[in-house]
Parts: sequence; C-alpha cells; structure tokens
Amino acid sequence: MAAKPRIATVSLAGCFGCHMSLLDLDERILKLAELVEFDRSPINDYKDFRARCAVGVVEGGCCTEENVHVLERFRKQCDLLVSIGECAISGGIPAMRNNIPLRECLEEAYLKSPGVYNPGGVIPNDPEIPLLLHRLYPCHEVVKIDLFIPGCPPPADAIWDALVSLLAGRPAAPAYDRLKYD
Amino acid sequence: MISTGSRHRKYTILPLTRVEGHGKVTIHMNGEGEVEQARLHIVEFRGFERFILGRPYWEIPVIVQRLCGICPVSHHLAAAKAMDRIVGGEHLTPTAEKIRRLMHYGQIFQSHALHFFHLSSPDFLFGTDGTAASAFEAPAEQRNILAVAARYPQLAVQGVMMRRYGQEIIRATAGKKIHGTGAVPGGVNKNLSLSERDVLLKEAERMLEWARGALRLARDFTMDHLAELIPFGSFDSNHLSLVRESDGALDLYDGVLRAVDKDGRKLVDDVNCQRYLEVVREEVRPWSYMKFPFLRELGPEQGWYRVGPLARMNTCSFIGTPEADAAHREFMELNQGRPNNVTMCYHWARMIELLHSIEAIRDLLDDPDLQGDDLVVSGPRREEAVGLLEAPRGTLFHHYRVNRNDEVTMCNLIVSTTSNNEPMNRAVTKVAKDHFTGRKEIPEGLLNHIEVAIRAYDPCLSCATHAVGGMPLAVELRDASGALVDRRVRDAV
Ligand code: SF4
Repeated sequence: MAAKPRIATVSLAGCFGCHMSLLDLDERILKLAELVEFDRSPINDYKDFRARCAVGVVEGGCCTEENVHVLERFRKQCDLLVSIGECAISGGIPAMRNNIPLRECLEEAYLKSPGVYNPGGVIPNDPEIPLLLHRLYPCHEVVKIDLFIPGCPPPADAIWDALVSLLAGRPAAPAYDRLKYD
Repeated sequence: MISTGSRHRKYTILPLTRVEGHGKVTIHMNGEGEVEQARLHIVEFRGFERFILGRPYWEIPVIVQRLCGICPVSHHLAAAKAMDRIVGGEHLTPTAEKIRRLMHYGQIFQSHALHFFHLSSPDFLFGTDGTAASAFEAPAEQRNILAVAARYPQLAVQGVMMRRYGQEIIRATAGKKIHGTGAVPGGVNKNLSLSERDVLLKEAERMLEWARGALRLARDFTMDHLAELIPFGSFDSNHLSLVRESDGALDLYDGVLRAVDKDGRKLVDDVNCQRYLEVVREEVRPWSYMKFPFLRELGPEQGWYRVGPLARMNTCSFIGTPEADAAHREFMELNQGRPNNVTMCYHWARMIELLHSIEAIRDLLDDPDLQGDDLVVSGPRREEAVGLLEAPRGTLFHHYRVNRNDEVTMCNLIVSTTSNNEPMNRAVTKVAKDHFTGRKEIPEGLLNHIEVAIRAYDPCLSCATHAVGGMPLAVELRDASGALVDRRVRDAV
C-alpha cells in the first residue's frame, strides 16, 4: 500500500476557532484520518515533523518571533502551505493592534486597566517569554503561501472540500456558498 | 535563567504546540536536586484591551469572541451582557434571556464534552485498563482521540456526537457554530423556530443518556483511584463563582459573586457583578503575559482562588436540575459537605455540569418562550457596565466604558483561565516537588504528570493545542551557564 499523504497543522496568532472548525467535521475527522497521516498537529502528540508533509495548514498570523520560526519551519517541511482563516490571511482581529504602538497595548493591559495590582509598574519581559513583534504579519508576508481558505473560521465543509481536492491532486476551488468572508 | 550556583539545573518543559504561541513550564532545581520552583509561563499577548478602544460598542460582542475559538459564546455573551446595560436593556425579554441561556448551555455542553472525551479520556481509559502503570499515565501513542476511537469506538463516537450537539445548539441560536452573532445589546437577533427546536429535541434524550454515562465514567474513575488522585497536584484554596441571587443555586449565565475558603467559610457573598472591582485585583508578574487575580480583602499572598467546575461545586448551595443535584450531593459527601480541594476532581465536577447543562437544555427546548418574537429592549443609556458569566472554565469578567459617541473608551477582561493562573502554577510546583525531587536525570515518564495537572484545569490559553491529543513535551536540562546538559522529548510513536 502506498504511504498515505501526510498533513500537519498549527495555530500561530489565532484563536483556535479554525482548528475547532476542523473538529466540526465531526465523524468525518475519523474518515480524514483514514485518508491521511496526521503529522505534527494538535490532533496528536508529535512535537515536530516526522517526515516531509504534503500539506501544512496554518491558522493565525505571526505576532511573536517564535511564530515566525515555526512558520518558516512549516514552509520548509511542507509541499503545499495553506493559510486557513482570516487571521492567517490578513492578520484578522489581532491585526487591529497594527496601527497602535505595541507599548500602548502593553501599558493598557498591565498598567492602566482598573483592578491591576502592579506596585513595581512591571510589564512582562522575562527571557522565558517570547518577544512580541511590533506588528502582526499575515503568513504570506513571511513565507510563500499556496492556498487561502477564507472565513472566520471557514466552515468545516470548506476545509473538507479543500483538503480532499488537494489530496486528490485537484485544484481546490471551494463552491461559492462555502466561501465566507466574515 | 533563575539558576545561580553552578549545580543548579533548570528543566524547560515545552508543550510544543504551546511554544507556537501559548505557554510553557520551567522547573528549577537547586544543587541538592530539590525543586526550587516551577512556573507556567503564558507566552501569548494579543492586546484586545487597547485595540478595541474607539470601536462602536455594538461591535464588541462580535469582536471579543475572537479571543478564543474554543468557547467564543462565553465572550460573546459576557460582552453582550455588559452592552445590555449600556443601552439600558439589562432586563431582557423572556425570549431573549432563554435563547441566550440555551446558547450558553449548548456551549458548556460542547466544551465539556470536548475536554472530557477528546482530551482527557485517553488518560482515564488507557490508564485504567492495565495498559499503564498509573491511573493517569497512558502511553504516549494512545494519547489521542483516534486511539480512543480504535479501542473504544462507541465512546469516541459519543464524545464526537455530544460535542456536535452542543455546536448545533449554538448554530441554531447564534447563527453559526463558531463566532456567531446571535446576541445583540439588549437582546438577541433571532428566536428558535419550531423546526429548529424539533431537530434538537429529537436528540435530547440520547444526549442525556450519554451524559449520564460520562458522569458515571468520571465518578467511577475518581472513586477507584482515590488514594492516588487525592494528593496529586492538590492543595487547599479559596473558590469563587457566580451563584443565583435568590438562593445560591448553580447558575452559569447570571448571578452574584460568592467566594468560599478551603473549609467553606464564605469570604464573599451576594456581591452584585457591577461591584466586582471591590472583590478582585490582578497582580502583574514579569515572567508571564497572564495576570494573577486575587481576592482584594485577602491580598495577593492569601487571596488567590480557583474557578471552574470544581470551584462551582464548592460555592453553590445546590443545583437546580434534579439529576445533577443528586450528583452534586454525592460529590460533596466526599469531604463531608466541605469544599473538595482535590485537583483531579475537576473532571468529575465537569461531568456533573455536563449533565446539568443537558437537563437545562431539555427543559428549555420545551419552553414556548423560545418562539416568542419580542427580542430586544432598551432604556436609559449608561456609560459604564460590567458583564459576568460562568464560562466552561470559570468566571469570566468583562468591563467597559462607552462615551457619548458610542465609542468604547475602556475595556477590562479577566478571562477564566487567568483566575486559575496561580492554582495551575501551584499544581505544577506540587507535582514537580512530589515527583522530580532527588532525580539526577529527566524522568521521562513523569513529564506526563505535569501535563495531567495542567489539564485538570482545562486551560483556555491553549485548550485546543491538546484538544485532540496530549501535549507533546520537550524538556531541556541546563546548567547554570545555560549550556545544554541533557534533552529529552516525549513524543508519540
Ligand atoms: S480566523 Fe477567526 S476563527 Fe480562525 S483563528 Fe482567526 S479569529 Fe479565530
């Protein structure tokens, strides 16, 4: 039997709604597991790539340096890279911070918000937590992306159609009523 | 980073899917091989509090739910509740209130099913069938829903279908399974049609039956492994939640604040949500983007508290649906009616709520008010409002100010997982101290213990990173100079 194509998924600066939409495949998720081998993904325990993947699915844009490293690694390890959802495609809601200086965002959360107890005026800065980028980058500004599935999140059916077409080597062209731009 | 002497060591546990944006654990050992401290670092920051300033208030319930795609309904409704007050419409019509409750119970049902079946069941199932040495030490290759599906197909299908049922309720009430738009300031934008109701009603009895089964599974697992579970990551703590205003019953959608201490003494009771700032404060620490809330009266050292299913069992006087109420009484007997402080009992508590939510859903579906068409109310305009509810993972606080031009000028959010920040850190430290002390090498088998302790809280910071499997862990052993001494990866085969 020929080896099944491998698929990897990741959430960067997203809300996990796109992954939840993948889970909304419900019983089809078990069917998907018959068609493909899940590589690195929240769906299993793989910490890193086991092998080169046919498809990488990326949720969320890049808001920390670590997001960038992970995205670059996905580009290297996957034949096709898919941006899934508004956040990966355009930055989405988190990109609303892009026209505000990062410092102001941090000050609002850690110094100004009512109820904050912060006698030292601390803004989290430990080396253990990753550096925030000054703005949020959509994935295609960081690496080449081969396919975009719009929606916030895209409906499960749109994800299903796209993955099944890609795996069959067909161009993925979602039906009109499955394209959502919310 | 923290290590000082040359023999000090630091373990970094990277639940890798979290490194990609969510959290990690470090364990610092001193020269004697004792655990000095363990920390759960939350490594994500989005900046919602700032970037929604200037937006019109009616957008907020739709924007803020993008904080979390796992329980978006919670944010959607907490923001809507605040905006109800802004438009002077906090006394919703019966139709609007019941549609929102239905949406919320659907959310609790799907989220608790997801957490229990997709995420935790591998621990219970494979840990107890002789496959693993300890009750929660399932081998890595079995730690995902696909392995559960292979071995216990019926149970896996039940889990998937229960989550689906909750999602269908959300779709019917909010218009969409994830990031819906059903709640608007002062009400809702649709009711439930008879045909929508009939579809849901048809499945309700089956869901109830499955929820009973899930509760039995969680209870039996707990009771059968009590000796092992009681000390695991456990500690005494305060507990906080909303309870129903009139009688202290469990109420997940609305109520007043109540907090009890480890023995059940009331620290806070009957406090109106609008006055939450009199009750809680949040401390900022440099090593985590997530703040550390505490009860103001007790201060940061003593005042930290737990939220979520376990806390709610401990704070509420009773549960208003019969089967869940009986289950709650049995649960409370474990500690003679005093609060249950056993961390691993979160799972049992969660399944009591699963049963409660489907009982509530079944009762609501029979209510003709759901087909009413009086959907939105308004009254005198306000400039400041607070919206609280009990999300699947605990109390959720939303607080806004809105100016005369309808722009939001202040936003304060305390999400459920934030309240459990200190408890999760304590659980991790406790497990590390109990199991890591005196070890010279990285004890691979014990990494899972850390994960199990965190998972009891079902942290929203990344619950989906391990929604369908375990958290993969990479541990690095570093000496004081930061040089890599040893590295171990626990990983599925
Ligand atoms: S696109 Fe929407 S659903 Fe997907 S991660 Fe972003 S906010 Fe969440």
